[in-house]
Amino acid sequence: MTPTISPNPIDDLNALFTFPFMVNALEAGTIVAVLAAVVGWYMVLRRQAFAGHTLSVMAFPGAAGAALAGLPTTLGYYLACGGAALLMRGARSSPGLGSPGRGSGAETATIATVQTVGLAAGYLFLSLNHAVLGGTETLLFGTFLGVSRGQVLALLLVAIAALAVVALATRPLLLETIDPEVARARGLPVAALDLGFLLVLALAVAATSQITGALLVFALLVAPPAAAQQLTMRPGLGLVLSVVFALVVVWLGLGVAYFSIYPVGFYVTSFAFALYLAARLWHATARRCAGPRSA
Amino acid sequence: MTTTELSPPGAANAAELTNASVRLAGKRVFSDVGLTVGRGQFVAVLGPNGAGKSTLMRAILGLLPLESGEVTVLGRPPAQARAAIGYLPQRHAFDSSTRIRGIDLVRLGLDGTRWGLPVALTGAARERRRAESERVSDVIETVGATGYAQRAIGELSGGEQQRLLIAQALVRSPQLLILDEPLDSLDLPNQASIAAMLRRICSSEGVSVLLVAHDANPLLGYLDHVIYMAGGRATSGSVDEVITSAKLSELYGTPIEVLRTADGRLVVVGQPEAPHHHGARHEHDHPHDHDHVHD
Amino acid sequence: MFAHDFVRNAYLAGTFIALGCGVVGWFVVLRGQLFAGDALTHVAFVGAVAAAVVGLDERVGLFVLTLAVAGGMGALGRRGQADDIVIGTVFAWILGIGVLLLAVLATSPNGGTGIAAANTLFGSIYSLTPGGSRLAAAIGLVVSAGVLLALRPLLLTTLDSELASVRGVPARALGVGFLALLAVVTAESTQAVGALLLLGLLAAPAGAAHQLTARPYRGLALSALIAVTAMWGGLALSYEIAALPPSSAIIGIAGAGYVAATLFARARRHR
Repeated sequence: MTPTISPNPIDDLNALFTFPFMVNALEAGTIVAVLAAVVGWYMVLRRQAFAGHTLSVMAFPGAAGAALAGLPTTLGYYLACGGAALLMRGARSSPGLGSPGRGSGAETATIATVQTVGLAAGYLFLSLNHAVLGGTETLLFGTFLGVSRGQVLALLLVAIAALAVVALATRPLLLETIDPEVARARGLPVAALDLGFLLVLALAVAATSQITGALLVFALLVAPPAAAQQLTMRPGLGLVLSVVFALVVVWLGLGVAYFSIYPVGFYVTSFAFALYLAARLWHATARRCAGPRSA
Repeated sequence: MTTTELSPPGAANAAELTNASVRLAGKRVFSDVGLTVGRGQFVAVLGPNGAGKSTLMRAILGLLPLESGEVTVLGRPPAQARAAIGYLPQRHAFDSSTRIRGIDLVRLGLDGTRWGLPVALTGAARERRRAESERVSDVIETVGATGYAQRAIGELSGGEQQRLLIAQALVRSPQLLILDEPLDSLDLPNQASIAAMLRRICSSEGVSVLLVAHDANPLLGYLDHVIYMAGGRATSGSVDEVITSAKLSELYGTPIEVLRTADGRLVVVGQPEAPHHHGARHEHDHPHDHDHVHD
Repeated sequence: MFAHDFVRNAYLAGTFIALGCGVVGWFVVLRGQLFAGDALTHVAFVGAVAAAVVGLDERVGLFVLTLAVAGGMGALGRRGQADDIVIGTVFAWILGIGVLLLAVLATSPNGGTGIAAANTLFGSIYSLTPGGSRLAAAIGLVVSAGVLLALRPLLLTTLDSELASVRGVPARALGVGFLALLAVVTAESTQAVGALLLLGLLAAPAGAAHQLTARPYRGLALSALIAVTAMWGGLALSYEIAALPPSSAIIGIAGAGYVAATLFARARRHR
């Protein structure tokens, strides 16, 4: 029962909007895109992609654990992601020193351990609940096209809260990201900023992975911001571009998936990756054209 | 201990430390140290690695408590004078892939601690923003970085990065500039030009400069006086008074010879290995640091 | 317990897989390449699914794709190490392909492999054949030997790349070679511990070792020891407790080891 593409694109677009589930999906997708693009932009600048991926995967034990305990899955998502954020921060013996989440062995070992222990726990919960087969796929890959109105509203609220926090802290966060020593000397609460950002990331991930699935949130957190940062170094412009890219990728992905038997996740990640490649290509050629000055 | 005072009567010294001692992780780093930086003076804190010079800077900034003694900055406790201090911490070079412009870095020196949305809504706010942008370009010109301030900071050479970082410290028109090993990883020509630039800024902008170095030679001829730290103690005076065989032998407690080469450079011979302090500096040390500088 | 064939097979394969992971993992942590390792483990999963779609033995897909991606990472990065943004985007894209392949698999004649997918993700060490477990053991041994043979050049190029190149150590070749070893141990260990959990065997014992000592030989030995202990402990525990999957048990113990080592190291520092 797959809709087919007609020669008239206007008709196709109208077809998209006739179904409530599609409208919900588009609304949810829009919110997810904006949230992931903004939070992801900082995540990419702070080189915390590994932490971001780990948090997105925490949704898996969160939901599985909640199902086992008979709690609402949403609660499980938030608890697991939030808890992981606290664990990853708590593991730092001296908060704030050094760049957060970069290659330092001890930090990444902690992130990796949190990730796999979380996944191991998730697997345990699923098998205790005898839900391994169905559970695994849904949790990991999402149900974009099964979004309810309530979920959209909840997502909107969480997104507004997270974006507000980021907006208010934008300059201190930037300074702390680029120059933690100077930030500390200026009296900024470096440890709080580190933890705060990780919690916002956890919040964004928990909210979005309910819709896109645990493994694919990551694509939206990384690719559009990374593409934007290839094209511009200005924070303001970069954030705007990041959002635009994420929206394009999600709308295109949803639109194409509607007419195809293949899953949304594949289209979204492929478009996101293509966008990133294009941005890198542009950046590389722009540098070559600008000549030796920028070498 | 001799000090030279050039400040007008009545004005508080830029920084004053009396009988100060600091203990870190149970170990006494230095004791009974006195230091005075008068208004508009150019002062260096010298000594071998591990002598506690960075710790001394941190104490002056109020980042570390004193075990005993007193410290005032501009006549006030350090925490209150923070807005009038520009600080350049000792740091490794920026990662070569850091995607932020030099001009943004300097700008963050000005508004990096401001919480809230970075939008100028009222006329007065827009006016202030315009004035700030002007200040940023002025200070960038003062350090001679106008030619490359628009480029990604990770792509710049050590000397260029250092100039921008000095601009960042200067952008709020501080009355006291504290620099921790600013010449550390620079080649000789850059050391000379940045030392000269600092002297020029000290004289023309009336900023007191207190800097840490482990080699006095690039600074000879610019310094008003020096503080030499070794063996947990310090002595201060002019370069000719302090960097002598007699004075340094007394300080180290073992025979030290100071030789002058034909072109006027000073060579200190016979320093024992300085004890290792597990201060914050060493937490930056991990294998990947080597990657930054050598690529 | 050892009277059973499947248990003996599991212990044989598991011991040497753990050895390989412990040894390789120690370097992965030192070189800051855990994220790349994470990506490779997920790539392994996609490789297995791709092989299933095409109708090949899943091991072909496992090895081919992980080696290919490892080679790509080595080629793209400096000194054979890739930027974490690049890793992230490639990673996400390959997962997207995995999603596609799973969907294709579900509708194809080779399909109905929900169980196979779960096994690839979470491991199925008790279903190894004797031949399979001997092969796994051999691979684990070979990988460990490979790392140990290149130990000093690898150490030098990791810790002081400039000195290494002055001494004529081929940094890029070593980097790519190391990633290849990582790919091999990843592909092989997927069958035992599963793609999603294998990172834990690479990271936790090695992380624990790095917390406890900075000396290379001791660290390597410690990492291998902790990994093998986690493997044995996990297998034994899951044998006793039917509801506990072996891979969960193994990773749980490894993780606990890391936490214990971290706490111990912290206590030792503050004394």
